[in-house]
Amino acid sequence: MALGHWEEALAVWIRVKNPRLPGVRKEENEERKRFYQNVSITQGEGGFEINLDNRKLKTPQAKLFTVPSEALAIAVATEWDSQRDTIKFYTMHLTTLCNTSLDNPTQRNKDQLIRAAVKFLDTDTICYRVEEPQTLVELQKNEWDPIIDWTEKRYGVEIGSSTSIMGPSIPARTREVLVSHLASYNMWALQGIEFVVAQLKSMVLALGLMDLQLTVEQAVLLSRLEEEYQIQKWGNVEWAHDYELQELRARTAAGTLFVHLCSESSTLKHKLLQD
Amino acid sequence: MAALGSPARTLRGLLRELRYMNAATGRPYRDTAAYRYLMKAFRAHRVTSEKLCRAQHELHFQAATYLCLLRSVRQHVALHQEFHGKGERSVEESAGLVGLTLPQQPGGKGWEP
Repeated sequence: MALGHWEEALAVWIRVKNPRLPGVRKEENEERKRFYQNVSITQGEGGFEINLDNRKLKTPQAKLFTVPSEALAIAVATEWDSQRDTIKFYTMHLTTLCNTSLDNPTQRNKDQLIRAAVKFLDTDTICYRVEEPQTLVELQKNEWDPIIDWTEKRYGVEIGSSTSIMGPSIPARTREVLVSHLASYNMWALQGIEFVVAQLKSMVLALGLMDLQLTVEQAVLLSRLEEEYQIQKWGNVEWAHDYELQELRARTAAGTLFVHLCSESSTLKHKLLQD
Repeated sequence: MAALGSPARTLRGLLRELRYMNAATGRPYRDTAAYRYLMKAFRAHRVTSEKLCRAQHELHFQAATYLCLLRSVRQHVALHQEFHGKGERSVEESAGLVGLTLPQQPGGKGWEP
């Protein structure tokens, strides 16, 4: 008997809720097995859809999973296809971002998303400086100042940096300019931007990624500058440092790619170039 | 502008990641939608080393970002498996830690299926 999508989910849920079922260890209980053979993409009315065997993928809130960009659909399909015995949802960052955009579980509108992102400026990592040790002060100056300078020139605003415990004081005009810049992005792209800002703990670094100024590896390194400094000094702990580094890179890369693929200008240009 | 390196290098890296992803399945990586899309995109724009065209630079940036995504996810999962993947010990293993074994009860305990 072929089990449907929901019957299968129910079967897993029953096992998870019933620890007395023998032979099932805690880890196996918490992960779903891969239940599909083929992953494919079709184009529907609302955009591109993902099919797991012949069932259409749905979001956690049971909406039909559609994405506006073919490249994004292929990348999501690749995420699903690369799962082996169990489905590791925590590695499927693009799928998660799409689900968030489709379901909007926090129910935020465009304004709220923009404000959430710009709020990070007040405690922006690369504006918030230490006073000692001197080598770290130098490192922060040499690595972070150029990025701030570039951003200030690009947007015609003042950002600056500060060693005060209150953080940098961002002029109201700077905030206005950045808010209106972000307003030019669509809702999906904004979900991605807010995600990247929250991961890197820096609005300025996120802007650098959106403006093709920094690679993901560079942005992550700059975000983790103090950690890298301490690692150089005291040593690297693979199961903690590398683990976090790779996770941050994965999330930042996913968010950045998501924004670029969802920004209408790039999709449009791509289409024009293909004709 | 971001230091991206050569497009050829990015493409090679992407193909390598696709190879790793498809190694466990029987399927060759050239059969995947991702491979076809990437080859089409790289050929269509014949990305050269000269950063003349902004669209080309954008596409190369997206490709490099995707490469970073694939690589970092693979390495993250590998680290997870190696350091955080073991889960709990079974009851037998826990007993074995202190030199005990579980009692055998032929006939089962009555509530097992």
